Amino acid sequence: MTCYFTLDHEWIDVEGDGATVGITTYAQEQLGDIVFAEVPSVGAVLIKGGDAAVVESVKAASDVYAPVSGTVTDGNGALDGDAALVNTDPEGDGWFFKLTLSDPSELGGLMDDAAYKAFLNGL
Amino acid sequence: MRYLPLSQPDRQAMLAVIGANTIDDLFVDVPVAARLSGSVAGLPDHASEMAVERHFSALARKNMAASHHPFFLGAGAYKHHIPASVDHLIQRGEFLTAYTPYQPEIAQGTLQMLFEFQTQVARLLGCDVANASMYDGSTACWEAISMAGRITKRKKAILSSGLHPHYVSVAKTMGKFTGDTLDTANPDLSATTDSARLIASINGETSCVVVQYPDILGRIEDLSSIAATAHENGALLVVVVTEPVAMGAIKSPGEMGADIVVGEGQSIGVGLQFGGPYVGLFACKEKFVRQMPGRLCGETVDAEGKRGFVLTLSTREQHIRREKATSNICTNSGLCALAFSIHMTLLGEKGLRDLAAINHANACAAADRLVQIPGVRIVNASFFNEFTLELPRPARQVVRALAERKILGGVSLGRLFPGVTTLENGLVVAVTEVVSAEAIEAFATALAEVLA
Repeated sequence: MTCYFTLDHEWIDVEGDGATVGITTYAQEQLGDIVFAEVPSVGAVLIKGGDAAVVESVKAASDVYAPVSGTVTDGNGALDGDAALVNTDPEGDGWFFKLTLSDPSELGGLMDDAAYKAFLNGL
Repeated sequence: MRYLPLSQPDRQAMLAVIGANTIDDLFVDVPVAARLSGSVAGLPDHASEMAVERHFSALARKNMAASHHPFFLGAGAYKHHIPASVDHLIQRGEFLTAYTPYQPEIAQGTLQMLFEFQTQVARLLGCDVANASMYDGSTACWEAISMAGRITKRKKAILSSGLHPHYVSVAKTMGKFTGDTLDTANPDLSATTDSARLIASINGETSCVVVQYPDILGRIEDLSSIAATAHENGALLVVVVTEPVAMGAIKSPGEMGADIVVGEGQSIGVGLQFGGPYVGLFACKEKFVRQMPGRLCGETVDAEGKRGFVLTLSTREQHIRREKATSNICTNSGLCALAFSIHMTLLGEKGLRDLAAINHANACAAADRLVQIPGVRIVNASFFNEFTLELPRPARQVVRALAERKILGGVSLGRLFPGVTTLENGLVVAVTEVVSAEAIEAFATALAEVLA
């Protein structure tokens, strides 16, 4: 399993040609108390960089973008009743959706853990 | 500070920047024939205030005012009695000053009133939640179509032939810019609506079906089967109510499975007002609330645990969501919503039911009387306070002839559907609680004379 990060503070955990996507600890800290999350429906075809999900905090509503292209295989239904999971466990139970990658080479453009940490230090 | 601070050099400098020589150059796109050159012919340069008032009063007397004559016009705007207390209460300073309630700490009065309004609208239309109002019924209707598109991620709406043609026209105008496809049709003068056409047209690409209830001809139909077919296909049912008083007598759209219910609230508390301002009603199922346009007031508690009201879920709105907002509406029809809410509060549930019963009884009495006239046929099998008559000749001329006899005798379908010859003999007649038995008799007598 390898974890990658985007400049928009999404994480993507890849295993084979499947992956899980969520927003990072840093992202949820910036958003504050999260009150609502809308995840994509199964079968939705996502394009790298396109809108994938919506996350709403008491401060703002933001889009979650697809880190890579693919087809959604699962949305996190738990967020429907308990969006605060994104605050309490952003990189675990607070995941947004799972997808099948259509072009694994797109992962090459993402950051690994060390690069993302360096990116955060530079903010 | 001077009110008009621009000097001639200021104007020249601005014109130079945009490459124009004179102010007139800015109007070259207006056809010459439509441009004014000099003063208007026959219009004096000066007149005293008294002379102007006298002149305009004389012009106004040429109008036939709704209150002065037997009045049977409806088709989306209804003349109901508004208690004097409504006008008195809406003018209280507490309501006039708190316009935009973004600061809940100083706008509790307005916020509480809007919360009450939302509660009334939601209960009236049979929905879980309603917003703080829209501009009017037609814009609310378009917003519902647009909202259904966001929810279903589809762009094809099927509009019932019973939807008010002006609402269809607004939707077409907006659809031109959003790329939504609208499947429309004209009604015919029959007792049945086009629900069979709607049901047959719904498929996996349909975002919503839009049905008016009661419809433009006053017909009332159970919408449950349309709702069921729409839902089987992943589409929504949008119901449009242009006469909310009807909800005091007939099943609410929400109870029949409607997902979004919109309407024109003018009937309750708001006068005819030459066509506006009016108040759009907008309600839906709770699961769709985040896709709802417009303002929403919510109940909460303050830091001390006391009940209070705030604008809520504003992350849907344009000032936060920018171009991804659910709508560009950032306001509501505050004053008209207030009038609606006060009138509804004065009526209460029982009062609304009684009012609806009087409307229906008056309409039945009028229909019974009018169909006795030779050549006059009623189109409807069912109606609330408005029905359609088929006359033996085009209704537009008949309406004019009635007006000459001091009767405002309904809205001709020739006016609503210009050029549709199959409808030109149709006359839509509204009969509310303000119509007396004498007025009905005067209408019937005049109509018989005109058609003789």
